[in-house]
Amino acid sequence: MLWPMVQSAYLSFMDYNRIQPAQWVGLDNYRELLTDPAVGNALRNTLVYAVVVTPVTVGLALALALLLNRAIFARGLVRTAVFLPFIVSLGIVAIAWAFLLDPNIGLISHWLDGLGIVSTQGWLSDPQLAMPAVMVVGIWKTVGFYMVMYLAGLQSIPTELYEAASLDGAGPWTRFRNVTWPLLSNQTMLISIMAAIATLQAFDQIYVMTHGGPYFRTETLVMLVYRVGFEDLRLGYGSAISWVLLLGVFVLSMLQWGYFRKRAVTY
Amino acid sequence: MADTLLRPAAVDDEAPSPVRHDVRRLDRLWRVLTGVCGLVIAAAMLLPIIWMVLTAFKPESDIVAFPPTLWPRALTLEHVGDIWSQIPFARLYGNTIVFAGAVTVFSLLFDAMAAYALARLDFRGKNVVFVLVLVLLMLPYQVTLIPLYDTLAAVGLAGTLPGMIVPRLTNAFGIFFLRQFFLSLPRDLEEAARIDGASELRIFAQVIVPLAKPALLTLGLFHFQYNWNDLLWPLIMANDLESATLPAGLAMFMGQHVVEYGLLMAGSVLALLPVVVFFLLIQRSFVAGIATTGMK
Repeated sequence: MLWPMVQSAYLSFMDYNRIQPAQWVGLDNYRELLTDPAVGNALRNTLVYAVVVTPVTVGLALALALLLNRAIFARGLVRTAVFLPFIVSLGIVAIAWAFLLDPNIGLISHWLDGLGIVSTQGWLSDPQLAMPAVMVVGIWKTVGFYMVMYLAGLQSIPTELYEAASLDGAGPWTRFRNVTWPLLSNQTMLISIMAAIATLQAFDQIYVMTHGGPYFRTETLVMLVYRVGFEDLRLGYGSAISWVLLLGVFVLSMLQWGYFRKRAVTY
Repeated sequence: MADTLLRPAAVDDEAPSPVRHDVRRLDRLWRVLTGVCGLVIAAAMLLPIIWMVLTAFKPESDIVAFPPTLWPRALTLEHVGDIWSQIPFARLYGNTIVFAGAVTVFSLLFDAMAAYALARLDFRGKNVVFVLVLVLLMLPYQVTLIPLYDTLAAVGLAGTLPGMIVPRLTNAFGIFFLRQFFLSLPRDLEEAARIDGASELRIFAQVIVPLAKPALLTLGLFHFQYNWNDLLWPLIMANDLESATLPAGLAMFMGQHVVEYGLLMAGSVLALLPVVVFFLLIQRSFVAGIATTGMK
């Protein structure tokens, strides 16, 4: 029985050991990194993406879970529809999104034009609009997954608590505020951390839809690692940038962990 | 909590009947509204996917026509046939099946064994191993991309299917997920088997694995869809269209020829089909798997 244990521990050690900074990254890379405008730009884009997409996704996921936890018409269908984008490949569906947003033949562009929201350059080549466009796709992709996790949480809340609250005269908002929200706090913690980590690693839709453009406006850290490491073939420098990403993920996770830990509820 | 003084006013049941009638009508209106709301959300979420399916069957002239429409003006099967001859689509499909399939099967096996050891056996360094798994869970995989590629290149596996598969054979999330599930299983069965003289391997294969079926199915779906859909890793490992998986291959193809929309959509729809079918098949136990493993 020890063998597979050793095997998997060995494999996990291998992943871990392969990233010895001393072996792959000299200090020179880090020195360059600090002054490289591309890194600063990518870091800013990544943070903007994460700061906008994480709360919006979590909020929408909770709203959808609350709606779909009730007995509404065609509930199963709606749940599946919301979850389906998570199942399909963003690398593939992003191709469809790029077409839908095409300024000449794109269906969504056409509809938005009809509503008076006109983008002359097209959504993905307009420096102001490209980032919101990839954000929308990112949210569209993941919201269903977090919704399912929230649904699991909602279903674990004992109904007696709601009955008791109703007898005490609590309206829907009070019930949400005092029963649902605190009892979901563990779920919210997990979902927020997962969503934040995922947003810091945004790549697929950006690679397909904008390739980091226009004018590097959507170049995130992972996109930059890919460009520097595998397109410019500067593997050492790419690794250094990866570590900036790791540091970011680690710090953010710890901050969130600390924030939610104080508010953790056990029941 | 709520002020008890407010109680009489807020309880609907004690209200006189006309008011109750109103409440019921409001309730029905609310139900219709939420239902409509739900259907609109469903349609919006599915729009890109529906558009892909419909576009795959539109003739090229219809796709680039202005104004664009969702419904095809005419139908054709041309693209679905062309996709096999214009790009090495069969090859891409085969690569993806081998990659996602092998990773799913082996990863489930190794994850389950490691998780069993972590959940049920006592050995020195167990906590160290568990902490390492948690660290790996937090580590973004992009960080290991470059050294990993370098190591695989050093042993001559870069750009090959096995090279793509090997680093994915075990997965920190899988180990963690299954460990939590195994911890929740009753120990009685396992101890009964042990008293009967069953080996650890046998207990694992004949007691634990059957009990863990929903969790294994859920994790299997995760592994399968994740690897089937992954773009970055196959993009890095693939040398050309021949050695890529579907998402990477189609993204590469889009870079080379942006004009053949219908072809690309036909390929995309065919590429999405297996995961969607897999999901619809195990949908029930999937949601149950998430709910019962108590991911909280």
